Amino acid sequence: MTKYLRLFRVQLGISVAQAMAYRANFLLEGVFGIANALLTLLPLIVVYAKADEFNNWTYPDALVVMAYFQALRAILEGVISPSLVDLVQNIRNGSFDYVLLKPVDAQMLVSAARYEPWKIFDLLFAIGLAVYAFMLRGYPPSVPDVVFGLALLASGAVAMYGLWIICAALAFWVGRLDNLMFLLGSIFDTARWPVAVFPGIWRLFFTFVIPVAVMTTFPAMAILGRLEPRQAVGTLVGAIALLAVSRVVWRAALRSYTSASS
Amino acid sequence: MTGLVRTLKAMPTLLRVGVAETVAYRAEFLVWVLTTTQPLIMMSLMTFITRSRPFANYDASQFVAYYLATLIVRQLTGNWTAWQMMDEVRLGTLAMRLLRPIHPFFAYIAQQAAAIPFRAVIALPLAIILLVTSSGATLPHAGYQIALMPVSVALAWLVSFAVMFALGTLAFFMTQAMGVGNIYFGMFSLFSGYLLPLDLMPRVIAVMADYLPFKSMMFIPLQLITRPQSLESCLHLLATQAAWFVGSWLFAFFAWNRGIKRFESVGT
Repeated sequence: MTKYLRLFRVQLGISVAQAMAYRANFLLEGVFGIANALLTLLPLIVVYAKADEFNNWTYPDALVVMAYFQALRAILEGVISPSLVDLVQNIRNGSFDYVLLKPVDAQMLVSAARYEPWKIFDLLFAIGLAVYAFMLRGYPPSVPDVVFGLALLASGAVAMYGLWIICAALAFWVGRLDNLMFLLGSIFDTARWPVAVFPGIWRLFFTFVIPVAVMTTFPAMAILGRLEPRQAVGTLVGAIALLAVSRVVWRAALRSYTSASS
Repeated sequence: MTGLVRTLKAMPTLLRVGVAETVAYRAEFLVWVLTTTQPLIMMSLMTFITRSRPFANYDASQFVAYYLATLIVRQLTGNWTAWQMMDEVRLGTLAMRLLRPIHPFFAYIAQQAAAIPFRAVIALPLAIILLVTSSGATLPHAGYQIALMPVSVALAWLVSFAVMFALGTLAFFMTQAMGVGNIYFGMFSLFSGYLLPLDLMPRVIAVMADYLPFKSMMFIPLQLITRPQSLESCLHLLATQAAWFVGSWLFAFFAWNRGIKRFESVGT
């Protein structure tokens, strides 16, 4: 285990060093990230300008979901997505061979191969947004709720990672699927809304088929102190199940890797 | 002038190549089509919100009509030239295009034009659903307006292409053009009416939209498709689009000419 932690640290160090070599670019990306985060926020503001609440979701509560969404998107675009884009490319041109040759688990090695450190700005924005939302609510969350909310943020990230690994593993069979990642990204985009504002069938779809609700709405409900124990258990079990399924799919996919170059 | 004749002569071949490429990468094409899910999501969101009371001056059926029309226009006018150009500049493969005796602008436009029939296949059923679900009651009936709808969509396509091409030339000026790409899409979603109808937006955004090309790429055709208009206002809307068409094409060539001087062709 410590071996893997050391590995992740080294990989992070390399990415940070690379990013710091282009400092102007680093800051520019940060500015873009914040601008993009503000643009993401606008539709929510517009919709809530016309009514105080939708299906029991007030504006500050919806902002907390948005904060979770922005935080998860920062994790997705900062860690998961760049690594897996590299993976798909390596599978296509055959350099995945070199990954397999190394004496560590291949999934571990590719999962955090490349970071985009400037996404830290997005993460900071998300934290600021959550703080602002609780200021609007008028009272801070209780300590257990914060702990619980952060735990479910982690489980949301795990669920997201599982889903993305499954998607990336498909590249072993079909070769080209850069845009499948785009598709997944555009579905993930719905996670910015509390799942309760969607009609019934979509709610089921986003909870059970492509569980974006598990990633943002339920963790947000946890920190807001309105998550029922049943839903909490479901969220955690769901995340672990997705992780397990992704491991199975990954191993099956690995067996059918034929290498592109040799 | 000979350049223009040469380009026109090459067009049929370029279009055939474009069709062949679209067929060859049909799975990829289909996934691209599926990524435009946002109007559907907004549609279910807004109709759910409006099921008990109307939202400003829109009721549920008007939202359905609006977002279905959004999907149709997006399907017909969407293109990904900018991402392709950014890749080609970054990898240096653009050099191959420069060797050809045809301006890349027209090579790219032929490629995108060739995809239109495939996009139409997807847009057509959407149009039928639109007609059926809204029972046609609130949709425009006037003959002149129906005749002008395709013109407006065509103009939207021409403006969209030039804007995407201009965006692609950013790759000449900066290495991380993709970050700008995200911002671009955010601005497009907001100012074109793609996310929410512009008449529901705060006033400041609606006013800014008047001075940006995005409105001509989406909201104007949507107004022609979903709201009955007088002939005068139809022509006024089309004139706005035409002005943006001329402006965006001039700007696209200007940006290309400035940018190409900086191109160093990495790796070749």
